[in-house]
Amino acid sequence: MSAKPNPRVGLFVTCLVDAIRPGIGFAAIQLLKEAGCRVEVPQAQTCCGQPALNSGDDKDAADLARRTIAAFEGHDYVVLPSGSCAGTMVHAYPELLAGDPEWAARARDFAARTHEITSFLVDVMGYRPQGRRLDATATYHDSCAGLRELGIAAQPRALLASVEGLEMRGLEGNDVCCGFGGTFCVKYSSISNAIVTEKAEAVERTGADLLLSGDLGCLMNMAGKLHRRGAKTRCFHTIEVVAGRAGGPAIGEEG
Amino acid sequence: MNAPQQGFKERADAELKNAVLKIAIDRTTGNAERKRAVAVAAFPEFQAARARGRAIKDHVIAHLDHYLEMFERNATAAGAQVHWAADDAEARAIITRICLEADAKLVTRAKSMLGEEIGLPHALADAGIERVETDLAEHIIQLAGERPSHIVWPAMHRTREQVAILFKEAHHPPPAADDPATMVQSARRELRAKFLGADVGISGANFLVADTGATCTVTNEGNAELTTTPPRIHIVTAGIEKLVPSTAHAFALLRLLVRSATGGEMTQYTTFHCGPKRPGDADGPEEMHIVLVDNGRTRMLADEFRPMLRCIRCGACMNHCVVYRQIGGHAYGGTYPGPMGAVLTPVLDGLAQSRDLPHACTMNGRCAEVCPVEIPLPTLLRAWRTRSWRERLEPRSVRAALGLWAMAARRPWLYRLGSRIGVRALRLFGRRGWIGSLPLAGGWTAYRDLPRPSGRTFMEQYRAGQAGRAGQTGREARK
Repeated sequence: MSAKPNPRVGLFVTCLVDAIRPGIGFAAIQLLKEAGCRVEVPQAQTCCGQPALNSGDDKDAADLARRTIAAFEGHDYVVLPSGSCAGTMVHAYPELLAGDPEWAARARDFAARTHEITSFLVDVMGYRPQGRRLDATATYHDSCAGLRELGIAAQPRALLASVEGLEMRGLEGNDVCCGFGGTFCVKYSSISNAIVTEKAEAVERTGADLLLSGDLGCLMNMAGKLHRRGAKTRCFHTIEVVAGRAGGPAIGEEG
Repeated sequence: MNAPQQGFKERADAELKNAVLKIAIDRTTGNAERKRAVAVAAFPEFQAARARGRAIKDHVIAHLDHYLEMFERNATAAGAQVHWAADDAEARAIITRICLEADAKLVTRAKSMLGEEIGLPHALADAGIERVETDLAEHIIQLAGERPSHIVWPAMHRTREQVAILFKEAHHPPPAADDPATMVQSARRELRAKFLGADVGISGANFLVADTGATCTVTNEGNAELTTTPPRIHIVTAGIEKLVPSTAHAFALLRLLVRSATGGEMTQYTTFHCGPKRPGDADGPEEMHIVLVDNGRTRMLADEFRPMLRCIRCGACMNHCVVYRQIGGHAYGGTYPGPMGAVLTPVLDGLAQSRDLPHACTMNGRCAEVCPVEIPLPTLLRAWRTRSWRERLEPRSVRAALGLWAMAARRPWLYRLGSRIGVRALRLFGRRGWIGSLPLAGGWTAYRDLPRPSGRTFMEQYRAGQAGRAGQTGREARK
């Protein structure tokens, strides 16, 4: 895949990044600009609709899908710092709107323009960071939606391999769910806890300084568990490290 | 079936506290996962075989009427008697009637999940017929008075140490030692007399072969052969989705089934039963009955759960499920546990009884990834969630919260206002970066800390930055 020069990219911030960790959004803007994109943040965006979709409320999910599609109508690409929200837009939107003659084609067109950020940077823009250095050891968790719905595995690793001094360590069960699952983690909190406890143990066994992943929901779940257990592991979104922002506070640290 | 008393969450919480259960689950599913991975890696055509397996099942499902009639014709020509059961009650009635008419005192049974589905063990007990489970794992749970917790390893919730204690109490004489070989010998001795004394043997079927009228069972212990051959009467119970057009199609699916279930290439025994004993045969039953069970399957044929009829009952989805691996099979409360069970149980027991099952899933997609017939399990679980929402089975608090959220999410200005207030309110509960306890979010903070929001939302900071730059350069703002 190759992009047209200086594509016009609409950034979908995601509700978790908007509320909890805005730095991921600014890292996204920085990297997209470095890759040669014109970046805009449409103000009509809210949430991709996953809470409704995962609760079985297809009507509200479809309504939010229409609104999101309309908000990004003029952009060459829609880019998100989340495999989970991107998966929803790429796969669920066309399904939700398949029976709507006015929106079915628009949903398919929107899905074709939508990308998770690490795959967009690597596969579409051919981007690699230049002159980034971080002397640390890190391990990487493959968030499920990105991995299985969008095939994201090599791209974040390729970006991280371009960061000098960063030593990556394998994570046992790197492709096993962390137990977040959106509302699952509060609806079935004891089961979620059992799952994330095993994940935290595996992360601790790597002895890595940093835990990296591509979805803030999973990261909050794992970081919150690691902190509760007293682990010293610092957690960042992959693109924060790639953008050279890991010098600042990690998730749950105050700068 | 013996309907569970408490709700799913209570059962799951009880199982989560059971440390021995976790050891048992990790041993069995961990082994299964490793062996399957090796078997799939050693079978380069696996993906092609998977696509073919799916195509075979889809073809049969699309022409079920045709193949059912073909099977009945050929099975009848081979001397078997074919019975049709619309639901579990009809199936139970047919089977107990055959047993009672034959004046059966003792029935041996080879492992069959369909038998569990239709409540056969209880029906036989109610009819005053002694039932002996001949599969080693089924023997264990019969002694323990339990139900299967896995569709391939029914006793996987018990460690071998627990089984040793059970056998010591139940076997006469008790096994001389606790090692697996001695325990197996002991079970074998217990069962041998029953095999030869049984009046009726009941088995399931992995495949029903339409063009020969044969039924096929795969086992590793040989107990199915000893259950189906010595007794005067052999009864096969099978769901109507078990049909395949021919023996070759059965083998195409066997290559997927065995690798996905145990990581083996073949089971120890693969047996085709075609009619009762014929003149000149050395052994075999005098009568063979085949009970074809619908029990909700034709209903699935017509709705969005149709792909579930492809299922060949390998258990790979539960072996790879993070939820199953924490809570085990009994917590699900139905006949079938794990992802496939979470799709099937609402069909069999009703959604109102089982609405937790499709929700107790993280949607991580690993089950669909390993399914040998490409069943989109997360999609089907989501379809149950949609029905549950539509039928208003979701708790009122969930509906209200989601309604409020959706109202805001439709109005960007309101959503931003809500986010701005929300993050500021959240900050009040935390200190030094983390929130350790939060009202209304106890599900989160009971087990993990919540990162404290940084104070201003992305949108606030972004717009402030845009406005600042607009003041400087004017034109930059809209870029």
